[in-house]
Amino acid sequence: MSEEYSVEIVNPEKSFLSKNDVTEVVVPAFEGEIGILKDHISIISFLKPGIIKIFSKSGEESFYVNDGIIEFKDNNLSILTSLILNLKDIDKEKISEIQKSAEEELNKSDINDQEKYLLDQKLEVLKSIN
Amino acid sequence: MASLDDLKKRISSVKSTQKITKAMKMVAAAKLRRAQENAEKGRPYSDKMNNIILNLSNGISDIENAPKLLSGTGEDKVHLCVVMTSDRGLCGGFNTNIIKKAKLYFQKILDEGKTLKIITVGTKGYDQLKRLYGDKIIERISFKESKNINYFDADKVGKIVIEKFEKKEFDVCAIFYNQFKNVITQIPQEQQIIPLNTSENEENSSEDNYEFEPEEDEILSNLLPKNISTQIFKAMLENSASEQGSRMSAMDNATRNAGEMVDKLTIEYNRSRQAAITKELIEIISGAESL
Repeated sequence: MSEEYSVEIVNPEKSFLSKNDVTEVVVPAFEGEIGILKDHISIISFLKPGIIKIFSKSGEESFYVNDGIIEFKDNNLSILTSLILNLKDIDKEKISEIQKSAEEELNKSDINDQEKYLLDQKLEVLKSIN
Repeated sequence: MASLDDLKKRISSVKSTQKITKAMKMVAAAKLRRAQENAEKGRPYSDKMNNIILNLSNGISDIENAPKLLSGTGEDKVHLCVVMTSDRGLCGGFNTNIIKKAKLYFQKILDEGKTLKIITVGTKGYDQLKRLYGDKIIERISFKESKNINYFDADKVGKIVIEKFEKKEFDVCAIFYNQFKNVITQIPQEQQIIPLNTSENEENSSEDNYEFEPEEDEILSNLLPKNISTQIFKAMLENSASEQGSRMSAMDNATRNAGEMVDKLTIEYNRSRQAAITKELIEIISGAESL
């Protein structure tokens, strides 16, 4: 039996990536990383800033996401995200830019704990790639 | 009758207008293709988003405590209208159609004694609404500087709307935009985004049981603001395709009209030239006869 299923990543502008020979996807879900294998139960979850790892026959790919929501159903994984960057051809300047705006946001006084948590996460991940 | 020189000038001026409208038509056609592609590419995102929200809202156990963005404030007193128009003119009835649709809605709201608040996106909408509804406009947004429509612009509008909602400044929010059907037809649309209208597409929802992480309510309250931005983004994409389509057909008409005008003026020019020649001939002949 094959162990593959299909994944589709869409951002508001276009369908970013679509693959159907994926064996495992690791997503940074809000309450911790989830690895999704074939025949996973239907799940809806949302993402915190982090790295999506996609393992397929053709190798491993990593992407940075800002936020997003995933839906897994009938061996179809949909990832909706507003900002996604491929780590392979990442732009250092762009990362610093995001990092800077996140830092600014963090220094604002009127943010709540959840936002703060998300921003902290974001900075940590960004630092690790940079 | 206009003199020959005047006619000549008019012909050349109409001709240069025709050149401009022709060029604008070409530009609009090129932009239309891109805008249409973008609108199509943007569709999967908003469709998927809609689906997920639908699945989620079906799974909500406690309707009473459902997020306000979904169920509304329970009141229907203050309406916020986001009117989305273009930043540039010369696109036929594009802006007028949206405004017309919006004005009907405004009138209805005001007749019912409810409060109206308006946000205009795009400068043309503001220009057309400021005379009648100037005091109702609470915000005007324009994306003249951004070359392409991008999600972050839409997100800005979405954030403004949500912020106002959280401050309880309004109960119901509707957006107005033109839906792109084809180059000649654009349908002005009125879409209610708060509270969310889930009943429309209920048949698409599946009965699947999902595992949620974290709880449904929490996901939903995170997702709904995003959905607002997504809907606005979709409206912006549709709008830009419609704008280019509308401009293209308007400019096509203008070019054709200019052509007709040139023909008419040319005939008039030739006639009056001929008349002048005939007059001169008559003068010469009658002068010769009198000798």
